Amino acid sequence: MLIAQNITKKFAGVTALNNVNMELHPGKVNAIIGENGAGKSTLMKILSGVHVDYEGSIIYNNETLKLTGTKDAEAKGIVIIHQELNLVPGLSITENIFLGRELCNSLGILDKREMTKEAKKLLEKVKLDVDAGEQVGELKVGQQQLVEIAKALHTKASVIIMDEPTSAISDKEVDNLFVIINELRNEGKTIVYISHKLKELFTIADRFVVMRDGCSIESGLMSEMTQDDLIRKMTGRIVSGTKEANSKVCCEPVLRVQHINLKNTSRHAANVLTDISFTLHKGEIVGLYGLMGAGRTELMETLFGLHPKRATGNIFVDEEPVQIQSPIQAIKHGIALVPEDRKAHGLILDQKIKTNISITILNQLEKWGIVLHNRKETNLTKEYIQQLGIKTHSENNIAGNLSGGNQQKIVLAKWLATHPRILLLDEPTRGIDINARFEIYNLMKKLADAGMAILLVSSELPEILTASDRVLVMAEGRLTAEMPIAEATESNILKYAIQHNITA
Amino acid sequence: MIAIQKNNTLNLARLQSLIALVVLCIIIAVLSDKFLTMDNGWNVLRQISVNICISVGMTLIVLTAGIDLSVGSVLALCGAITAGLLKNGIKLPSLDLFIGFTLLGSLLAGIIAGGALGLFNGFVITKFKVPPFVSTLAMLTIARGLTMLWTQGHPISNLGAPFSMIGAGWLLGIPVPVWIAGVVVLLAIFITRQTRLGRYIYAIGGNENAAILSGISINKVKLIVYGIAGALAAVGGIMVTSRLDSAQPNAGTGYELDAIAAVVIGGTSLSGGKGSIGGTVMGAVIIGVLNNGLVLLNVSPFWQQVVKGAVILIAVIIDKGGKKK
Repeated sequence: MLIAQNITKKFAGVTALNNVNMELHPGKVNAIIGENGAGKSTLMKILSGVHVDYEGSIIYNNETLKLTGTKDAEAKGIVIIHQELNLVPGLSITENIFLGRELCNSLGILDKREMTKEAKKLLEKVKLDVDAGEQVGELKVGQQQLVEIAKALHTKASVIIMDEPTSAISDKEVDNLFVIINELRNEGKTIVYISHKLKELFTIADRFVVMRDGCSIESGLMSEMTQDDLIRKMTGRIVSGTKEANSKVCCEPVLRVQHINLKNTSRHAANVLTDISFTLHKGEIVGLYGLMGAGRTELMETLFGLHPKRATGNIFVDEEPVQIQSPIQAIKHGIALVPEDRKAHGLILDQKIKTNISITILNQLEKWGIVLHNRKETNLTKEYIQQLGIKTHSENNIAGNLSGGNQQKIVLAKWLATHPRILLLDEPTRGIDINARFEIYNLMKKLADAGMAILLVSSELPEILTASDRVLVMAEGRLTAEMPIAEATESNILKYAIQHNITA
Repeated sequence: MIAIQKNNTLNLARLQSLIALVVLCIIIAVLSDKFLTMDNGWNVLRQISVNICISVGMTLIVLTAGIDLSVGSVLALCGAITAGLLKNGIKLPSLDLFIGFTLLGSLLAGIIAGGALGLFNGFVITKFKVPPFVSTLAMLTIARGLTMLWTQGHPISNLGAPFSMIGAGWLLGIPVPVWIAGVVVLLAIFITRQTRLGRYIYAIGGNENAAILSGISINKVKLIVYGIAGALAAVGGIMVTSRLDSAQPNAGTGYELDAIAAVVIGGTSLSGGKGSIGGTVMGAVIIGVLNNGLVLLNVSPFWQQVVKGAVILIAVIIDKGGKKK
């Protein structure tokens, strides 16, 4: 059993963990639940030897554990699988599994045959059906994750910490992952499982620990809990997520797309998008659901002019045919895209909040046609910080220092500043906490009420059902269904999302 | 709170290099009584003016996460073009044509040639996606070769008194090259801090993908930046040529490394998005003072190179240490 006792950790005077106590049981899946900033990752970093200076003690199998680093943690059998995977894309699966602990023969030369044999066994165990010589960079995210698990198994880890393992993989891959987690649990390994997705915790977890504001609030058996109980404990209040029926009747089309096709980058593969046509009306929020690889993100990118060479089809804004060959043209036509990965595509993390927000509208902030109007810029950013409730004491703070939810609001602010008429949101609430999530839903509603047309892409069904007025479903690059929210249920949407997988 | 600390470390880095410069000056002044004289002071500033012009262009490029290895050769070629046009004009015997150039005309031609070579760098980088390191390495060789062709391998000398003013003259008690470098620095500070172009330069280096999605034409910005760097290299080339009253075919060899050193010592990150013109000027001054001091102290040229390299390493290591905390 792995026990954390009275753990306190401070960063430059800020308390990240405050007297945290928890027991992590072997042969169980232990869920750590909490909003962003609750202290989950800090605690995991202590358990896996990333942070070595802290108050309190860790007791492992009745002995006090004083880790000196991640290597030491690994040697003692504690392995963490990070949200951002830690693999070398240019090396093969085998080379990755044995990285830093290569097997050599008596001459000191790599024993490739033995390593490949061992790697094959491990891959079998994690049910990954690819060649061990395959380059990791060629694998899908879900498959890479399985390689990470194989690597953990190879080190004979007895405690495996998984940080948001399902955030980037399809439902089918989630099912496979859960089968493997079940096997590991049956072998008596301690699984520590961090996730925002409460639903899957009820499927996979045996025990839970709720953390809030750096403290451990409560722990117990998952089976004695309901989703509402957990949300209440996480937030300290009741959050209502029910959807009122949309009373507006939309009739004024803002964006109409016809027969959008997007070729694959390799000429012989099938199209990424095939014959997509739909209409977005003024003041409506349309939810777009699809499994991983269904082409949702690619559709957004195409509408935003990111694939000018590979895409064909007609786009109409306000019933006028338009050419969108670049983001610049898209913006000119009043389209804004909040991308899926805010760190990689949305923000300049090292720069100020102010510079991040104003970047889209600098041309409007020039005086005499050349000099930037600093005061105007500051006032404008302050306005958005207030309007969106971005938690910071100054517009000059560095964007990368804010929490995920606040970062996402900066991305929203920079696009709202362009006064778009069509807002494309790609997974706007990924990795952000429940409160910020509902703030974003409310904001979307307010924007739609003011006449904006919003296309919401999400891989979370509850989100689609909560936020949308109408639902589109994609599978394998095609639109497979369109339904009003009244007819949409989880099972109904899922049926269309996987339909193609079965018939194809 | 954290953000404030970050800003402080930035200022601290600037302060560190200032302290380093002051310490360096004190040491040299103690060891040599020639160091703290007006003559020597102007001499140092005159010498670093060329490096400052090149380093300013280099800073803009490095801020976009690029690099330009061709500036030394471009400097030589443009200096030679200016000198050649001024002295000989263009003769085309087959067409029985001769075009003469005034001083201003030949200066403009040199600077335009530098801008064009820079634009060509930018064109190759943006259009064919050739990494800046490789494309400007190719330009380094091409421009050097063109210099040899243009000069036939011989210096072009005796360019006349008015032209010599640019590199060797004085204006209001200050050497002309220092005026030029000063104007270049002020313009660059204005561009980086007060204009849209400046913001876009930082944005591209900070996160190119986010910049593209924000509707920035990153290709245009890169073209402009490489063009500016080429033109500034030409300005440097004119200054060098004027001071020697001669365009040397092998002028500017290795200048790109001094420029990169000034940029790096000045705290600009080679991965882009972070840094400042002010830092680069500080870096160029440190290198200039160091060069001057080592000469005054009669350190052998071989040791001078070792010391210069060591200083670059120490500066970068201190800078890294400041960022980690």
